[in-house]
Amino acid sequence: MLLALLVLGLLAAVLTVPIVMRGASAVRVRRSARSRRRAERRELRDPGRERRAEQRARELLRSCVNDEEWSMYRDLGFIRVRGGLGTGGPDGMTPQRRRRRARPGTSEDDAVPNYAYLIYPHKPIVAYVPRTGRLLSEYCVEFPDLADAIAASRLPDSDDVLAKWMALTADERRLISDANMHLPGRQIDPDRVRRDLWRLREWDRLRRGPDAVRSSGP
Amino acid sequence: MKPGHGEVLLAEGDPRLRDDEEMLVAEFRRQLDEGMWAAVPTTSPGNGRREALMVKTYRDIPEGAERVIFFPRAAGG
Repeated sequence: MLLALLVLGLLAAVLTVPIVMRGASAVRVRRSARSRRRAERRELRDPGRERRAEQRARELLRSCVNDEEWSMYRDLGFIRVRGGLGTGGPDGMTPQRRRRRARPGTSEDDAVPNYAYLIYPHKPIVAYVPRTGRLLSEYCVEFPDLADAIAASRLPDSDDVLAKWMALTADERRLISDANMHLPGRQIDPDRVRRDLWRLREWDRLRRGPDAVRSSGP
Repeated sequence: MKPGHGEVLLAEGDPRLRDDEEMLVAEFRRQLDEGMWAAVPTTSPGNGRREALMVKTYRDIPEGAERVIFFPRAAGG
């Protein structure tokens, strides 16, 4: 009788082990999920997170773009990028014609481009004609996080500028075709852009001296 | 570049070492599979201007490139 009870007790103990283990593992999973949620909440509440992300993004931008472009972004808050499309440009000029129109004694790099872009953080890219200051179009483009669409977080400002800069300098045609094109004024006030072009001219003048080739507009 | 976080180091290694290269290739593929674009900052040999080069495969990465930057694919805003 005692032996039978002992065997039954052992059997019951063996049978309860998996249940206890499952329970313990569920508790562990719940605890880990809770601590993850807590960490996420802490991250969301961390007021320095965005600032640190932006600081890192600025360093990355600085290490990638040209010195002039970095100074422009630091001083003015946007970057000018020359349009590089050949016949696909606004007035259909080829690189050869562009070179012919360049001033004597200046390299193609110094010459006024037929069109250029202003890259703003989290705003459309604005195309304009540097010679006349005429605004051509706005290219609305963004870099959404497809993997975490629910969080709807966005790139830090400087990363957004860098992404546009990389996409424009590497494959202008592709970026422009991916973007939604609108007439100027759809999202950015044209007066603001004209003011920025004036600031850019002044900035160029101060940086290069009064005899410098004007590349930001009239 | 990760939305909400900024720059995140994904992997680093010496591509001349077999193990490192395998790890770098795997991470490169993973990022592209997740729909990211990859770009390498370069300097134009002609005029010394900095620009970027989009790369679609690991083999497209120029020799001696120090880093590859992954960023979300552009979409019309």
